[in-house]
Amino acid sequence: MHVAKDLVAASATPMVLAILALDDSYGYAILKQINEVSGGELTWTDGLLYPLLHRLERLGHVESSWRTAPGGRRRKYYSITSQGRAQLAEQRRQWATVVQALDNVWPGGGLPSIAVVPLGV
Amino acid sequence: MTVDSDKDLESQIAEWRGYMRSRRAVQDADVDELEDHLRATVADLVETGLQPDEAFLVAVKRMGSQDDLSREFARVHSERLWRQLVLAGEPDAPASGGSARDLLVMVGCTAVAAIGIKVPELFGIQPDQDEGFYLRNISLFALAPLAAYVAVRRRVGIAVIGTLIGLFALGAVAANAYPVTDSSQSIALTALHLPLALWLVVGVAYVGGDWFAGRKWMDFIRFTGEWLIYYVLIGLGGGILIGVTVNIFLAIDIDIEDFVGYWLLPCGAAAAVVVAAWLVEAKQSVIENMAPVLTRVFTPLFSAALVAFLGAVLVTGNVLDVERDVLILFDALLVVVLGLLLYSISARDPVTRPTLFDRLQLALAISATLIDILVLVAIFDRISEWGTTPNKAAALGINLILLANLAWTAFLLAEFVRHRRPYEQLERWQTRYIAVYAAWAWIVILVFPPVFGFV
Repeated sequence: MHVAKDLVAASATPMVLAILALDDSYGYAILKQINEVSGGELTWTDGLLYPLLHRLERLGHVESSWRTAPGGRRRKYYSITSQGRAQLAEQRRQWATVVQALDNVWPGGGLPSIAVVPLGV
Repeated sequence: MTVDSDKDLESQIAEWRGYMRSRRAVQDADVDELEDHLRATVADLVETGLQPDEAFLVAVKRMGSQDDLSREFARVHSERLWRQLVLAGEPDAPASGGSARDLLVMVGCTAVAAIGIKVPELFGIQPDQDEGFYLRNISLFALAPLAAYVAVRRRVGIAVIGTLIGLFALGAVAANAYPVTDSSQSIALTALHLPLALWLVVGVAYVGGDWFAGRKWMDFIRFTGEWLIYYVLIGLGGGILIGVTVNIFLAIDIDIEDFVGYWLLPCGAAAAVVVAAWLVEAKQSVIENMAPVLTRVFTPLFSAALVAFLGAVLVTGNVLDVERDVLILFDALLVVVLGLLLYSISARDPVTRPTLFDRLQLALAISATLIDILVLVAIFDRISEWGTTPNKAAALGINLILLANLAWTAFLLAEFVRHRRPYEQLERWQTRYIAVYAAWAWIVILVFPPVFGFV
C-alpha cells in the first residue's frame, strides 16, 4: 500500500523538520530516513525534496551550509532553527488533533490509525 | 566499476547537469546539490549490484522529471525568473574578476563625466550666460567619457586610442576655433551634427578599430538602440527622483532648486551616458527581450501614421510648409523610422524566411521614402526662391542621404520579400552606410562654417 499523494505532500514539512530536529542532515540522507521510518510506504519523487528544503530555508525554519562530505565532495547540509522547532511543535499539535479526531470516528473503532505515524519518531 | 564505466557515468552526469542548468529557475548551487543526490543514489544502487549506467538511469528516474523539478524550483524562487538588474547578478555565481574591473572602469568614467561637465565653470564659463559654448560642446563632454569607457572595456590598441583622441580633438577644435557668434546658424548646425559625428567615433571604439567589420557595426547599432532605451529609462527615473526630492525639501522650507539645476541635473545627465552603456554591456539579455518587442509594436503604428499622412497629402493636395521647425520635425520623424528599420534589421535572424513583419517594414520604408521626397521638393522650392543658407544646405544634404538610404533599403527589402536576395545584403548596406552619415556630419561641422562665411 502506498500513501496517497496529497497525504504525502501534507506530511512532508513536519517529516523533514522532525528528521532535522534529530540531527543536521542532507537531502539524500533525509529521504533514506523517511523511507526507513515509513517502511517504504511514503514514496517521494527524490528531486522534489530540494525545492521543499529551499522553501523551508526561505521561511527561516531551516538553515543550510556547504560542508565537505566523506570522499571530498561538497554537500549541502541543513539544520533546523529555533523557529523551525516551534513550527514543528505546532505541526505536531495539529497532526495529533487530526489523528485523534479520526480515531474517534473510525468505524469499528478497533482499526489501527493510519499507517503514517506523524513525525516518524 | 571499470575505468570505462566510470568515464561513461561522468559524461552522463555532465550531460544531465547541462540540461538541468539550462533551466532558468535552477542555479549552479542547486544543480550541485541535485548532483550530489544523484551520485549518492548511484553509489547505493551500484552497491546492490547494478551496473553504473543502469544505476544512473534509475537515479535519474527517481529524481523526477526536469520539468516538474524546475517548476517547483520556480515556485520557490520566483524572483529568479526576473533576471536581476542591478549589481547582484546571480548571488551564487562566483564573482568574476572581469565584471569587477568593468564596474571600476564604469565608476571611473562616470565620475569623469560628472566632474567634467562642471570643469568649464572653473574657467568662468557659466551655463546660464554662455549658452553657445555649452550648446556646441555638450556632446564632447558627454561622449568623451563614454568613448573612454568603451575603449577600456574593449581593450583597444594604441592606434585606436590615438584615432579616438584625434577625432575628439578635431571635434573640439571645430566646435570652438571658428569665429562664429552665438546667433549664427553654424552653432545650431554644429550642435546638431557634432553629437552624431562623435557617437560614431564611440562606434569606432566599440568595433575596436575594426573599421570594415560589418557584424561589429551591426552590434554597435544594436548597442545604440539599447543604450537609448536605458538612457530614457534612467531619465524617467531621475525625473521622478528630482521632482520628489525638490518637493520634500520644500516641505521643510528649503529650496534646493539651484542645487538640482546646477549640479544634480547636469552631472546626473552626463554620468547617465556612461551608466546606460554599462547597463547595456552588463545586462544585455534583459533588453534583448524588450527592444525587439518595442520595434514590433511601433513598426505597424508608424507605418499606419505615415500612410495616413501620405493619404492626406494626396487627398487635399496641400503642400508641405517648410519652416525650420517643421523641417526638423520631419527629419526627426525620418530618423525615428530609420531607427526602427535599423533596429529590427539588427535584431533579426538573417536566415529566417520573409514574414509579414518584413512586409510591414517594406511599407514603412516606402512611405518614409515618399515623405522624404515631399520634404526634398519643398526644400528645393525654398532654395530656388530664397537662395541657400547653411541651414537649408544641411537640411538638403541630410535629406538626400536619408533618401538614398531609405530608397535602397526599400528596394532591398522588396527583393528579400520576393526571395530574390538574401537578407544579409540589407545588413551589409546599412552597416556600410554608417560611413556616409559620419562623413556628412564631419563635413557640416568642418567645412560649412568657412564655406558660408561663418554666418
